[in-house]
Amino acid sequence: MNWLAGFFGDAAHWSGPDGIPARLLEHLEFSAAAFLIAALIAVPLGMLIGHTGRGALLVVIAANAARALPTLGLLVLVVLLAGVGTVLPVLIPLVVLAIPPILVNTYEGVRGVDADLRDAAYGMGLRGRQVLLQTLTPVALPLILLGLRLAAVQVVSTATVAAFVGLGGLGRFIIDGLATKTYADVIGGAVLVAALALAVQFAFLLLDRVAVSPGVRQIR
Amino acid sequence: MITFEDVTKRYRDGTVAVDGLSLEASTGAITVFVGPSGCGKTTSLRMINRMIDATSGRITLDGQDVREIDPPTLRRGIGYVIQQAGLFPHRKIVDNVATVPYLLGWSKKKARSRAMELLELVGLDPALAGRFPFQLSGGQQQRVGVARALAADPPVLLMDEPFSAVDPIVRASLQDELLRLQLELRKTIVFVTHDIDEAVKLGDTVAVMRVGGRLAQMAGPATLLTEPADDFVREFLGRDRGIRRLSFISAKEMRLSPSPSDLVIDEDGRALGWRTADGLAAYGTFNPETDSLRVALDAALLSPNGTAVAVDEEGRVRGVAGRDSIDKLLGEYAPPATGPAPGGSGGGSSSGAGDSEGAPA
Repeated sequence: MNWLAGFFGDAAHWSGPDGIPARLLEHLEFSAAAFLIAALIAVPLGMLIGHTGRGALLVVIAANAARALPTLGLLVLVVLLAGVGTVLPVLIPLVVLAIPPILVNTYEGVRGVDADLRDAAYGMGLRGRQVLLQTLTPVALPLILLGLRLAAVQVVSTATVAAFVGLGGLGRFIIDGLATKTYADVIGGAVLVAALALAVQFAFLLLDRVAVSPGVRQIR
Repeated sequence: MITFEDVTKRYRDGTVAVDGLSLEASTGAITVFVGPSGCGKTTSLRMINRMIDATSGRITLDGQDVREIDPPTLRRGIGYVIQQAGLFPHRKIVDNVATVPYLLGWSKKKARSRAMELLELVGLDPALAGRFPFQLSGGQQQRVGVARALAADPPVLLMDEPFSAVDPIVRASLQDELLRLQLELRKTIVFVTHDIDEAVKLGDTVAVMRVGGRLAQMAGPATLLTEPADDFVREFLGRDRGIRRLSFISAKEMRLSPSPSDLVIDEDGRALGWRTADGLAAYGTFNPETDSLRVALDAALLSPNGTAVAVDEEGRVRGVAGRDSIDKLLGEYAPPATGPAPGGSGGGSSSGAGDSEGAPA
Protein backbone atom coordinates (compact mmCIF):
# COMPACT_ATOMS: atom_id res chain seq x y z
CA MET A 1 0.00 0.00 0.00
CA ASN A 2 2.90 2.30 0.71
CA TRP A 3 4.17 1.73 -2.77
CA LEU A 4 0.79 2.60 -4.23
CA ALA A 5 0.58 5.77 -2.15
CA GLY A 6 4.12 6.64 -3.20
CA PHE A 7 3.28 6.15 -6.88
CA PHE A 8 -0.11 7.81 -7.07
CA GLY A 9 0.68 10.46 -4.37
CA ASP A 10 3.70 11.80 -6.22
CA ALA A 11 2.66 15.03 -7.97
CA ALA A 12 5.39 14.50 -10.58
CA HIS A 13 3.52 11.41 -11.84
CA TRP A 14 0.50 13.48 -12.83
CA SER A 15 2.04 15.86 -15.38
CA GLY A 16 4.53 15.99 -18.22
CA PRO A 17 5.22 13.61 -21.12
CA ASP A 18 5.91 10.68 -18.77
CA GLY A 19 3.05 11.45 -16.38
CA ILE A 20 0.08 9.15 -15.92
CA PRO A 21 -2.37 11.17 -18.13
CA ALA A 22 0.05 11.27 -21.08
CA ARG A 23 0.94 7.54 -20.75
CA LEU A 24 -2.72 6.62 -20.40
CA LEU A 25 -3.56 8.54 -23.54
CA GLU A 26 -0.75 6.84 -25.50
CA HIS A 27 -1.91 3.48 -24.24
CA LEU A 28 -5.47 4.18 -25.32
CA GLU A 29 -4.30 5.35 -28.74
CA PHE A 30 -2.47 2.10 -29.58
CA SER A 31 -5.23 0.02 -28.14
CA ALA A 32 -8.04 1.84 -29.90
CA ALA A 33 -6.24 1.80 -33.23
CA ALA A 34 -5.48 -1.93 -32.99
CA PHE A 35 -9.01 -2.71 -31.79
CA LEU A 36 -10.70 -0.74 -34.56
CA ILE A 37 -8.59 -2.28 -37.29
CA ALA A 38 -9.30 -5.76 -35.94
CA ALA A 39 -13.04 -5.05 -35.63
CA LEU A 40 -13.25 -3.64 -39.15
CA ILE A 41 -11.67 -6.81 -40.49
CA ALA A 42 -13.25 -9.45 -38.26
CA VAL A 43 -16.87 -8.27 -37.83
CA PRO A 44 -17.78 -8.10 -41.53
CA LEU A 45 -15.80 -11.26 -42.24
CA GLY A 46 -17.49 -13.16 -39.41
CA MET A 47 -20.92 -11.96 -40.52
CA LEU A 48 -20.31 -12.99 -44.09
CA ILE A 49 -18.91 -16.41 -43.22
CA GLY A 50 -21.74 -17.03 -40.74
CA HIS A 51 -24.35 -16.01 -43.29
CA THR A 52 -23.02 -17.84 -46.33
CA GLY A 53 -21.38 -20.77 -44.53
CA ARG A 54 -18.42 -20.36 -46.89
CA GLY A 55 -14.96 -20.04 -45.36
CA ALA A 56 -15.79 -21.63 -42.01
CA LEU A 57 -12.34 -23.26 -42.07
CA LEU A 58 -10.80 -19.80 -41.70
CA VAL A 59 -12.68 -19.35 -38.44
CA VAL A 60 -11.42 -22.66 -37.10
CA ILE A 61 -7.84 -21.75 -37.99
CA ALA A 62 -8.23 -18.32 -36.38
CA ALA A 63 -9.64 -19.85 -33.22
CA ASN A 64 -6.71 -22.26 -32.92
CA ALA A 65 -4.13 -19.64 -33.76
CA ALA A 66 -5.50 -17.44 -31.00
CA ARG A 67 -4.66 -20.07 -28.42
CA ALA A 68 -1.19 -20.80 -29.77
CA LEU A 69 0.15 -17.38 -30.69
CA PRO A 70 2.79 -15.82 -28.40
CA THR A 71 2.20 -12.07 -28.53
CA LEU A 72 5.63 -11.13 -27.27
CA GLY A 73 7.33 -13.42 -29.76
CA LEU A 74 5.35 -11.90 -32.60
CA LEU A 75 6.22 -8.43 -31.38
CA VAL A 76 9.94 -9.18 -31.41
CA LEU A 77 9.63 -10.75 -34.85
CA VAL A 78 7.84 -7.74 -36.30
CA VAL A 79 10.38 -5.39 -34.74
CA LEU A 80 13.19 -7.40 -36.29
CA LEU A 81 11.46 -7.19 -39.66
CA ALA A 82 10.10 -3.63 -39.53
CA GLY A 83 12.64 -1.91 -37.30
CA VAL A 84 12.17 0.11 -34.14
CA GLY A 85 10.68 3.56 -33.90
CA THR A 86 7.39 3.15 -35.74
CA VAL A 87 4.06 2.22 -34.24
CA LEU A 88 3.65 -0.69 -36.67
CA PRO A 89 5.49 -3.34 -34.63
CA VAL A 90 3.02 -2.84 -31.81
CA LEU A 91 -0.13 -2.60 -33.93
CA ILE A 92 0.44 -5.79 -35.88
CA PRO A 93 0.59 -8.20 -32.92
CA LEU A 94 -2.30 -6.44 -31.22
CA VAL A 95 -4.49 -6.66 -34.32
CA VAL A 96 -3.56 -10.30 -34.79
CA LEU A 97 -4.42 -10.91 -31.17
CA ALA A 98 -7.79 -9.16 -31.39
CA ILE A 99 -9.10 -10.74 -34.59
CA PRO A 100 -9.79 -14.33 -33.40
CA PRO A 101 -12.22 -13.60 -30.55
CA ILE A 102 -14.18 -11.14 -32.71
CA LEU A 103 -14.20 -13.41 -35.75
CA VAL A 104 -15.15 -16.56 -33.85
CA ASN A 105 -17.95 -14.95 -31.83
CA THR A 106 -19.43 -13.02 -34.75
CA TYR A 107 -19.40 -16.16 -36.87
CA GLU A 108 -20.94 -18.31 -34.15
CA GLY A 109 -23.53 -15.65 -33.39
CA VAL A 110 -24.74 -15.29 -36.96
CA ARG A 111 -24.54 -18.98 -37.76
CA GLY A 112 -26.31 -19.93 -34.55
CA VAL A 113 -29.49 -17.96 -35.27
CA ASP A 114 -32.52 -20.27 -35.18
CA ALA A 115 -33.13 -21.85 -38.59
CA ASP A 116 -36.88 -21.18 -38.32
CA LEU A 117 -36.20 -17.49 -37.90
CA ARG A 118 -33.94 -17.39 -40.93
CA ASP A 119 -36.61 -19.28 -42.84
CA ALA A 120 -39.32 -16.85 -41.75
CA ALA A 121 -37.17 -13.89 -42.83
CA TYR A 122 -36.71 -15.30 -46.33
CA GLY A 123 -40.34 -16.35 -46.42
CA MET A 124 -41.48 -12.77 -45.71
CA GLY A 125 -39.56 -11.68 -48.78
CA LEU A 126 -36.36 -10.26 -47.29
CA ARG A 127 -33.38 -10.42 -49.64
CA GLY A 128 -30.12 -12.10 -48.56
CA ARG A 129 -28.48 -8.89 -47.41
CA GLN A 130 -31.64 -7.78 -45.57
CA VAL A 131 -31.83 -11.14 -43.83
CA LEU A 132 -28.23 -10.66 -42.65
CA LEU A 133 -28.52 -7.03 -41.57
CA GLN A 134 -32.11 -6.84 -40.34
CA THR A 135 -32.54 -10.25 -38.77
CA LEU A 136 -29.36 -12.24 -38.18
CA THR A 137 -27.16 -9.39 -36.95
CA PRO A 138 -29.55 -7.91 -34.37
CA VAL A 139 -30.22 -11.39 -32.99
CA ALA A 140 -26.49 -12.26 -32.96
CA LEU A 141 -25.52 -8.89 -31.46
CA PRO A 142 -24.99 -10.14 -27.88
CA LEU A 143 -22.37 -12.62 -29.11
CA ILE A 144 -20.79 -10.09 -31.46
CA LEU A 145 -20.45 -7.65 -28.57
CA LEU A 146 -19.01 -10.41 -26.38
CA GLY A 147 -16.30 -11.02 -28.98
CA LEU A 148 -15.55 -7.32 -29.21
CA ARG A 149 -15.37 -7.05 -25.42
CA LEU A 150 -12.96 -9.97 -25.08
CA ALA A 151 -10.78 -8.50 -27.81
CA ALA A 152 -10.80 -5.01 -26.31
CA VAL A 153 -9.85 -6.21 -22.84
CA GLN A 154 -7.08 -8.36 -24.27
CA VAL A 155 -5.73 -5.52 -26.39
CA VAL A 156 -5.74 -3.04 -23.53
CA SER A 157 -3.90 -5.48 -21.27
CA THR A 158 -1.43 -6.57 -23.88
CA ALA A 159 -0.64 -3.07 -25.19
CA THR A 160 1.69 -2.95 -22.19
CA VAL A 161 4.29 -4.73 -24.34
CA ALA A 162 4.69 -1.60 -26.48
CA ALA A 163 7.14 -0.39 -23.86
CA PHE A 164 9.45 -3.31 -24.76
CA VAL A 165 10.19 -1.77 -28.10
CA GLY A 166 10.63 1.74 -26.87
CA LEU A 167 7.12 3.04 -27.34
CA GLY A 168 4.98 4.71 -24.68
CA GLY A 169 1.88 3.65 -22.88
CA LEU A 170 1.31 2.40 -19.36
CA GLY A 171 3.86 -0.36 -19.97
CA ARG A 172 6.59 2.25 -19.59
CA PHE A 173 6.00 2.41 -15.82
CA ILE A 174 6.39 -1.34 -15.55
CA ILE A 175 9.39 -1.79 -17.85
CA ASP A 176 11.24 1.28 -16.60
CA GLY A 177 10.38 0.48 -13.01
CA LEU A 178 11.83 -3.00 -13.40
CA ALA A 179 14.98 -1.64 -15.03
CA THR A 180 15.58 0.90 -12.25
CA LYS A 181 14.24 -1.31 -9.47
CA THR A 182 11.59 1.33 -8.68
CA TYR A 183 8.99 -1.20 -7.63
CA ALA A 184 6.39 1.45 -6.73
CA ASP A 185 6.28 2.35 -10.43
CA VAL A 186 5.97 -1.31 -11.45
CA ILE A 187 3.03 -1.89 -9.17
CA GLY A 188 1.42 1.48 -9.96
CA GLY A 189 1.65 0.73 -13.70
CA ALA A 190 0.20 -2.74 -13.22
CA VAL A 191 -2.70 -1.35 -11.23
CA LEU A 192 -3.40 1.24 -13.93
CA VAL A 193 -3.46 -1.43 -16.66
CA ALA A 194 -5.81 -3.61 -14.61
CA ALA A 195 -8.10 -0.65 -13.87
CA LEU A 196 -8.19 0.27 -17.55
CA ALA A 197 -9.13 -3.31 -18.50
CA LEU A 198 -11.95 -3.24 -15.97
CA ALA A 199 -13.15 0.12 -17.30
CA VAL A 200 -13.24 -1.28 -20.85
CA GLN A 201 -15.16 -4.30 -19.61
CA PHE A 202 -17.66 -2.02 -17.93
CA ALA A 203 -18.01 0.22 -21.01
CA PHE A 204 -18.93 -2.82 -23.10
CA LEU A 205 -21.52 -3.96 -20.60
CA LEU A 206 -23.11 -0.51 -20.90
CA LEU A 207 -22.98 -0.74 -24.68
CA ASP A 208 -24.71 -4.13 -24.48
CA ARG A 209 -27.53 -2.52 -22.45
CA VAL A 210 -28.02 0.21 -25.02
CA ALA A 211 -27.48 -1.62 -28.29
CA VAL A 212 -29.09 -5.02 -27.76
CA SER A 213 -32.86 -5.22 -28.18
CA PRO A 214 -34.63 -6.16 -24.92
CA GLY A 215 -36.38 -8.86 -26.93
CA VAL A 216 -33.06 -10.54 -27.68
CA ARG A 217 -31.41 -9.99 -24.30
CA GLN A 218 -34.23 -11.90 -22.59
CA ILE A 219 -33.98 -15.11 -24.56
CA ARG A 220 -30.30 -15.64 -23.83
CA MET B 1 -56.02 -20.10 -58.24
CA ILE B 2 -52.85 -22.08 -57.62
CA THR B 3 -52.16 -24.90 -60.05
CA PHE B 4 -49.61 -27.70 -59.81
CA GLU B 5 -48.88 -29.29 -63.18
CA ASP B 6 -46.96 -32.55 -62.89
CA VAL B 7 -44.62 -31.10 -60.28
CA THR B 8 -41.69 -33.19 -59.10
CA LYS B 9 -39.00 -32.41 -56.56
CA ARG B 10 -35.99 -34.69 -56.64
CA TYR B 11 -32.99 -33.99 -54.43
CA ARG B 12 -29.43 -34.51 -55.55
CA ASP B 13 -29.09 -37.71 -53.52
CA GLY B 14 -31.97 -39.14 -55.54
CA THR B 15 -34.67 -38.80 -52.89
CA VAL B 16 -38.00 -37.91 -54.44
CA ALA B 17 -39.94 -35.59 -52.12
CA VAL B 18 -42.81 -34.82 -54.49
CA ASP B 19 -43.65 -37.06 -57.41
CA GLY B 20 -45.72 -35.82 -60.36
CA LEU B 21 -48.14 -33.74 -58.31
CA SER B 22 -51.02 -32.17 -60.22
CA LEU B 23 -53.75 -30.32 -58.41
CA GLU B 24 -55.60 -27.04 -58.13
CA ALA B 25 -56.15 -24.89 -55.06
CA SER B 26 -59.24 -22.80 -55.73
CA THR B 27 -59.35 -19.07 -55.21
CA GLY B 28 -60.96 -18.03 -51.95
CA ALA B 29 -60.95 -21.53 -50.49
CA ILE B 30 -58.86 -23.46 -47.97
CA THR B 31 -56.96 -26.35 -49.52
CA VAL B 32 -55.31 -28.63 -47.00
CA PHE B 33 -52.29 -30.82 -47.77
CA VAL B 34 -52.32 -33.66 -45.28
CA GLY B 35 -50.33 -36.84 -44.92
CA PRO B 36 -47.79 -38.68 -42.80
CA SER B 37 -44.29 -37.26 -42.39
CA GLY B 38 -42.22 -37.70 -45.51
CA CYS B 39 -45.20 -37.34 -47.84
CA GLY B 40 -43.87 -34.09 -49.33
CA LYS B 41 -46.68 -31.84 -48.10
CA THR B 42 -44.39 -29.12 -46.74
CA THR B 43 -42.11 -29.36 -49.75
CA SER B 44 -45.14 -28.88 -52.00
CA LEU B 45 -46.20 -25.81 -50.02
CA ARG B 46 -42.73 -24.31 -50.08
CA MET B 47 -42.49 -24.71 -53.83
CA ILE B 48 -45.37 -22.25 -54.18
CA ASN B 49 -43.39 -19.34 -52.72
CA ARG B 50 -40.13 -20.76 -54.07
CA MET B 51 -38.53 -21.44 -50.72
CA ILE B 52 -37.80 -24.64 -52.65
CA ASP B 53 -37.68 -24.83 -56.44
CA ALA B 54 -39.35 -27.70 -58.25
CA THR B 55 -37.13 -30.03 -60.28
CA SER B 56 -39.71 -30.32 -63.05
CA GLY B 57 -43.29 -29.34 -63.76
CA ARG B 58 -44.97 -26.02 -63.33
CA ILE B 59 -46.66 -24.16 -60.50
CA THR B 60 -48.82 -21.24 -61.55
CA LEU B 61 -50.41 -18.50 -59.50
CA ASP B 62 -53.42 -17.07 -61.34
CA GLY B 63 -51.91 -18.31 -64.57
CA GLN B 64 -48.40 -17.01 -64.03
CA ASP B 65 -45.52 -19.45 -63.59
CA VAL B 66 -43.94 -18.72 -60.20
CA ARG B 67 -40.52 -19.44 -61.72
CA GLU B 68 -40.85 -16.23 -63.72
CA ILE B 69 -41.07 -14.08 -60.58
CA ASP B 70 -38.04 -13.05 -58.53
CA PRO B 71 -38.42 -14.93 -55.19
CA PRO B 72 -38.40 -11.97 -52.75
CA THR B 73 -40.98 -10.13 -54.90
CA LEU B 74 -43.10 -13.28 -55.14
CA ARG B 75 -42.92 -13.86 -51.37
CA ARG B 76 -43.94 -10.30 -50.49
CA GLY B 77 -47.20 -11.01 -52.30
CA ILE B 78 -47.87 -14.28 -50.46
CA GLY B 79 -48.60 -14.53 -46.75
CA TYR B 80 -46.51 -17.18 -45.01
CA VAL B 81 -47.17 -18.64 -41.56
CA ILE B 82 -44.82 -21.25 -40.09
CA GLN B 83 -44.98 -23.67 -37.19
CA GLN B 84 -43.03 -21.83 -34.49
CA ALA B 85 -44.45 -18.47 -35.63
CA GLY B 86 -40.86 -17.43 -36.49
CA LEU B 87 -41.33 -13.93 -35.11
CA PHE B 88 -38.33 -11.61 -35.08
CA PRO B 89 -37.30 -11.63 -31.39
CA HIS B 90 -35.60 -8.23 -31.56
CA ARG B 91 -38.64 -6.42 -32.91
CA LYS B 92 -41.74 -5.32 -31.09
CA ILE B 93 -45.00 -7.05 -32.00
CA VAL B 94 -46.24 -4.09 -34.04
CA ASP B 95 -43.04 -4.01 -36.10
CA ASN B 96 -43.14 -7.77 -36.58
CA VAL B 97 -46.60 -7.44 -38.09
CA ALA B 98 -45.46 -4.53 -40.24
CA THR B 99 -42.52 -6.49 -41.72
CA VAL B 100 -43.84 -6.82 -45.26
CA PRO B 101 -45.35 -3.29 -45.43
CA TYR B 102 -41.90 -1.94 -44.44
CA LEU B 103 -40.31 -4.06 -47.19
CA LEU B 104 -42.82 -2.69 -49.66
CA GLY B 105 -41.74 0.82 -48.70
CA TRP B 106 -44.82 1.97 -46.81
CA SER B 107 -44.29 4.89 -44.44
CA LYS B 108 -43.68 3.85 -40.84
CA LYS B 109 -46.92 5.52 -39.76
CA LYS B 110 -49.06 3.78 -42.36
CA ALA B 111 -47.38 0.41 -41.77
CA ARG B 112 -47.90 0.64 -38.01
CA SER B 113 -51.51 1.68 -38.22
CA ARG B 114 -52.14 -1.23 -40.58
CA ALA B 115 -50.38 -3.51 -38.07
CA MET B 116 -52.67 -2.28 -35.28
CA GLU B 117 -55.72 -3.04 -37.42
CA LEU B 118 -54.47 -6.56 -37.96
CA LEU B 119 -53.74 -7.22 -34.30
CA GLU B 120 -57.36 -6.42 -33.65
CA LEU B 121 -58.50 -8.57 -36.57
CA VAL B 122 -56.74 -11.66 -35.21
CA GLY B 123 -58.16 -11.04 -31.75
CA LEU B 124 -55.13 -9.64 -29.93
CA ASP B 125 -55.19 -6.87 -27.34
CA PRO B 126 -53.64 -3.73 -28.92
CA ALA B 127 -51.72 -3.28 -25.67
CA LEU B 128 -49.50 -6.17 -26.82
CA ALA B 129 -48.20 -4.09 -29.74
CA GLY B 130 -45.30 -2.68 -27.75
CA ARG B 131 -44.22 -6.02 -26.30
CA PHE B 132 -41.52 -8.33 -27.58
CA PRO B 133 -42.30 -11.87 -28.83
CA PHE B 134 -40.83 -13.61 -25.75
CA GLN B 135 -43.46 -11.86 -23.62
CA LEU B 136 -46.33 -13.59 -25.46
CA SER B 137 -47.74 -17.09 -25.07
CA GLY B 138 -47.39 -19.61 -27.89
CA GLY B 139 -50.98 -19.08 -29.01
CA GLN B 140 -50.57 -15.30 -29.03
CA GLN B 141 -47.34 -15.59 -31.01
CA GLN B 142 -49.12 -17.73 -33.57
CA ARG B 143 -51.85 -15.08 -33.92
CA VAL B 144 -49.13 -12.49 -34.48
CA GLY B 145 -47.70 -14.82 -37.12
CA VAL B 146 -51.06 -14.83 -38.90
CA ALA B 147 -51.38 -11.04 -38.58
CA ARG B 148 -47.89 -10.62 -40.05
CA ALA B 149 -48.78 -12.86 -42.99
CA LEU B 150 -51.91 -10.79 -43.67
CA ALA B 151 -50.27 -7.38 -43.25
CA ALA B 152 -49.91 -6.43 -46.90
CA ASP B 153 -53.28 -8.01 -47.73
CA PRO B 154 -51.90 -10.76 -49.99
CA PRO B 155 -54.50 -12.78 -51.92
CA VAL B 156 -52.72 -16.02 -51.05
CA LEU B 157 -51.80 -17.41 -47.65
CA LEU B 158 -49.48 -20.38 -47.09
CA MET B 159 -49.70 -21.99 -43.66
CA ASP B 160 -47.16 -24.66 -42.73
CA GLU B 161 -48.40 -26.61 -39.69
CA PRO B 162 -49.14 -23.30 -37.99
CA PHE B 163 -51.05 -24.69 -35.02
CA SER B 164 -49.22 -27.91 -34.26
CA ALA B 165 -46.95 -26.50 -31.55
CA VAL B 166 -49.71 -25.23 -29.25
CA ASP B 167 -51.86 -27.18 -26.78
CA PRO B 168 -55.15 -28.71 -28.01
CA ILE B 169 -57.44 -26.07 -26.46
CA VAL B 170 -55.51 -23.16 -27.94
CA ARG B 171 -55.27 -25.05 -31.23
CA ALA B 172 -59.04 -25.44 -31.41
CA SER B 173 -59.57 -21.74 -30.77
CA LEU B 174 -56.96 -20.78 -33.39
CA GLN B 175 -58.71 -23.06 -35.89
CA ASP B 176 -62.09 -21.47 -35.15
CA GLU B 177 -60.52 -18.04 -35.47
CA LEU B 178 -59.03 -18.94 -38.85
CA LEU B 179 -62.43 -20.09 -40.13
CA ARG B 180 -64.02 -16.87 -38.85
CA LEU B 181 -61.31 -14.76 -40.53
CA GLN B 182 -61.70 -16.71 -43.74
CA LEU B 183 -65.45 -15.97 -43.86
CA GLU B 184 -64.49 -12.32 -43.86
CA LEU B 185 -61.32 -12.33 -45.97
CA ARG B 186 -61.86 -15.09 -48.55
CA LYS B 187 -58.14 -15.69 -49.12
CA THR B 188 -56.75 -18.51 -51.18
CA ILE B 189 -55.23 -20.58 -48.40
CA VAL B 190 -52.97 -23.60 -48.67
CA PHE B 191 -52.67 -25.25 -45.29
CA VAL B 192 -50.29 -28.07 -44.39
CA THR B 193 -50.92 -30.39 -41.46
CA HIS B 194 -50.26 -33.98 -40.40
CA ASP B 195 -53.46 -33.96 -38.33
CA ILE B 196 -56.37 -35.38 -40.31
CA ASP B 197 -58.93 -33.95 -37.89
CA GLU B 198 -57.52 -30.48 -38.46
CA ALA B 199 -57.58 -31.09 -42.22
CA VAL B 200 -61.19 -32.19 -42.17
CA LYS B 201 -62.21 -29.30 -39.92
CA LEU B 202 -60.51 -26.54 -41.90
CA GLY B 203 -60.39 -27.73 -45.49
CA ASP B 204 -62.85 -26.86 -48.21
CA THR B 205 -60.78 -29.36 -50.13
CA VAL B 206 -58.39 -31.90 -48.62
CA ALA B 207 -55.47 -33.37 -50.55
CA VAL B 208 -54.25 -36.56 -48.87
CA MET B 209 -50.64 -37.35 -49.79
CA ARG B 210 -48.74 -40.56 -49.28
CA VAL B 211 -45.06 -41.17 -48.56
CA GLY B 212 -43.03 -40.64 -51.70
CA GLY B 213 -44.84 -37.43 -52.56
CA ARG B 214 -47.86 -38.76 -54.44
CA LEU B 215 -51.40 -37.53 -54.23
CA ALA B 216 -53.63 -40.27 -52.79
CA GLN B 217 -56.97 -38.48 -52.94
CA MET B 218 -58.30 -34.97 -53.24
CA ALA B 219 -61.87 -34.27 -52.20
CA GLY B 220 -64.13 -32.28 -49.92
CA PRO B 221 -63.94 -33.43 -46.30
CA ALA B 222 -67.39 -35.06 -46.22
CA THR B 223 -66.71 -37.00 -49.43
CA LEU B 224 -63.31 -38.02 -48.12
CA LEU B 225 -64.89 -39.49 -44.99
CA THR B 226 -67.58 -41.43 -46.83
CA GLU B 227 -65.66 -42.45 -49.94
CA PRO B 228 -61.97 -42.92 -49.23
CA ALA B 229 -60.24 -43.83 -52.49
CA ASP B 230 -58.17 -46.70 -51.14
CA ASP B 231 -56.92 -48.49 -48.05
CA PHE B 232 -54.19 -45.94 -47.40
CA VAL B 233 -56.65 -43.06 -47.24
CA ARG B 234 -59.12 -45.15 -45.22
CA GLU B 235 -56.43 -46.02 -42.70
CA PHE B 236 -55.15 -42.47 -42.56
CA LEU B 237 -58.62 -41.11 -41.88
CA GLY B 238 -58.78 -43.40 -38.87
CA ARG B 239 -61.76 -44.68 -36.95
CA ASP B 240 -65.27 -43.28 -36.56
CA ARG B 241 -65.49 -41.90 -40.10
CA GLY B 242 -69.26 -42.31 -40.06
CA ILE B 243 -69.63 -40.32 -36.87
CA ARG B 244 -67.13 -37.65 -37.96
CA ARG B 245 -68.93 -37.20 -41.22
CA LEU B 246 -71.98 -36.02 -39.27
CA SER B 247 -70.02 -32.83 -38.47
CA PHE B 248 -70.74 -31.72 -42.03
CA ILE B 249 -74.52 -32.10 -41.74
CA SER B 250 -76.40 -29.21 -40.18
CA ALA B 251 -78.91 -29.94 -37.44
CA LYS B 252 -81.12 -27.16 -38.82
CA GLU B 253 -83.62 -29.55 -40.38
CA MET B 254 -84.08 -31.51 -37.16
CA ARG B 255 -87.75 -31.96 -36.29
CA LEU B 256 -88.21 -30.74 -32.68
CA SER B 257 -90.91 -31.81 -30.24
CA PRO B 258 -92.17 -29.61 -27.42
CA SER B 259 -90.20 -30.19 -24.24
CA PRO B 260 -91.76 -32.95 -22.14
CA SER B 261 -92.80 -32.44 -18.52
CA ASP B 262 -89.91 -34.47 -17.10
CA LEU B 263 -87.41 -31.90 -18.40
CA VAL B 264 -86.99 -29.41 -15.54
CA ILE B 265 -86.69 -25.82 -16.79
CA ASP B 266 -85.97 -22.73 -14.70
CA GLU B 267 -87.81 -19.40 -14.99
CA ASP B 268 -85.31 -18.09 -17.60
CA GLY B 269 -86.17 -21.02 -19.84
CA ARG B 270 -82.91 -22.87 -19.26
CA ALA B 271 -82.84 -26.62 -18.67
CA LEU B 272 -81.83 -27.89 -15.23
CA GLY B 273 -81.99 -31.63 -15.90
CA TRP B 274 -84.18 -34.65 -16.43
CA ARG B 275 -86.40 -35.62 -13.51
CA THR B 276 -85.69 -39.20 -12.37
CA ALA B 277 -86.41 -41.22 -9.26
CA ASP B 278 -82.96 -40.30 -7.89
CA GLY B 279 -83.23 -36.56 -8.62
CA LEU B 280 -82.02 -34.58 -11.64
CA ALA B 281 -80.04 -36.39 -14.33
CA ALA B 282 -77.58 -34.91 -16.82
CA TYR B 283 -78.69 -33.69 -20.25
CA GLY B 284 -77.02 -32.68 -23.51
CA THR B 285 -77.86 -29.66 -25.64
CA PHE B 286 -77.38 -28.56 -29.22
CA ASN B 287 -78.26 -25.39 -31.11
CA PRO B 288 -80.09 -26.37 -34.32
CA GLU B 289 -79.13 -23.05 -35.97
CA THR B 290 -75.38 -23.45 -35.62
CA ASP B 291 -74.57 -27.02 -34.61
CA SER B 292 -74.11 -30.16 -36.67
CA LEU B 293 -75.93 -33.45 -36.55
CA ARG B 294 -72.90 -34.83 -34.73
CA VAL B 295 -73.43 -32.43 -31.83
CA ALA B 296 -77.14 -33.30 -31.74
CA LEU B 297 -76.38 -37.03 -31.64
CA ASP B 298 -73.79 -36.44 -28.95
CA ALA B 299 -76.34 -34.47 -26.91
CA ALA B 300 -78.82 -37.33 -27.21
CA LEU B 301 -76.22 -39.84 -26.02
CA LEU B 302 -75.51 -37.68 -22.95
CA SER B 303 -79.11 -37.88 -21.72
CA PRO B 304 -80.40 -40.94 -19.86
CA ASN B 305 -83.47 -41.14 -22.13
CA GLY B 306 -81.64 -40.58 -25.42
CA THR B 307 -83.28 -37.25 -26.06
CA ALA B 308 -81.26 -34.16 -27.03
CA VAL B 309 -82.31 -30.72 -25.78
CA ALA B 310 -82.43 -28.01 -28.46
CA VAL B 311 -81.48 -24.54 -27.22
CA ASP B 312 -81.07 -21.08 -28.76
CA GLU B 313 -77.89 -19.02 -28.47
CA GLU B 314 -79.05 -17.74 -25.06
CA GLY B 315 -79.29 -21.32 -23.81
CA ARG B 316 -83.10 -21.26 -23.59
CA VAL B 317 -84.88 -24.52 -24.36
CA ARG B 318 -86.63 -24.54 -27.74
CA GLY B 319 -87.73 -28.14 -27.74
CA VAL B 320 -86.28 -31.62 -27.74
CA ALA B 321 -85.17 -34.07 -30.40
CA GLY B 322 -85.67 -37.74 -29.66
CA ARG B 323 -83.91 -40.66 -31.35
CA ASP B 324 -86.69 -40.79 -33.92
CA SER B 325 -85.97 -37.26 -35.18
CA ILE B 326 -82.25 -37.88 -35.19
CA ASP B 327 -82.63 -41.18 -37.02
CA LYS B 328 -84.83 -39.58 -39.61
CA LEU B 329 -82.20 -36.96 -40.38
CA LEU B 330 -79.45 -39.62 -40.37
CA GLY B 331 -81.46 -41.55 -42.91
CA GLU B 332 -81.85 -38.54 -45.18
CA TYR B 333 -78.12 -37.99 -45.24
CA ALA B 334 -77.05 -41.61 -45.56
CA PRO B 335 -74.05 -41.90 -47.88
CA PRO B 336 -74.94 -42.60 -51.50
CA ALA B 337 -74.67 -46.15 -52.77
CA THR B 338 -71.51 -46.56 -54.85
CA GLY B 339 -72.03 -50.03 -56.22
CA PRO B 340 -71.15 -53.34 -54.61
CA ALA B 341 -68.15 -52.87 -52.33
CA PRO B 342 -66.97 -55.92 -50.42
CA GLY B 343 -66.35 -55.24 -46.73
CA GLY B 344 -67.70 -51.69 -46.86
CA SER B 345 -68.30 -50.13 -43.47
CA GLY B 346 -69.39 -46.84 -41.94
CA GLY B 347 -72.52 -46.10 -43.93
CA GLY B 348 -74.04 -49.44 -43.03
CA SER B 349 -73.99 -48.94 -39.31
CA SER B 350 -75.86 -45.65 -39.22
CA SER B 351 -78.63 -46.76 -41.58
CA GLY B 352 -78.88 -49.99 -39.60
CA ALA B 353 -79.51 -48.01 -36.44
CA GLY B 354 -82.17 -46.06 -38.32
CA ASP B 355 -84.01 -49.21 -39.34
CA SER B 356 -84.17 -50.75 -35.91
CA GLU B 357 -85.35 -47.67 -34.05
CA GLY B 358 -87.05 -45.82 -36.83
CA ALA B 359 -90.59 -46.14 -35.49
CA PRO B 360 -91.95 -42.64 -35.01
CA ALA B 361 -93.12 -41.84 -31.50
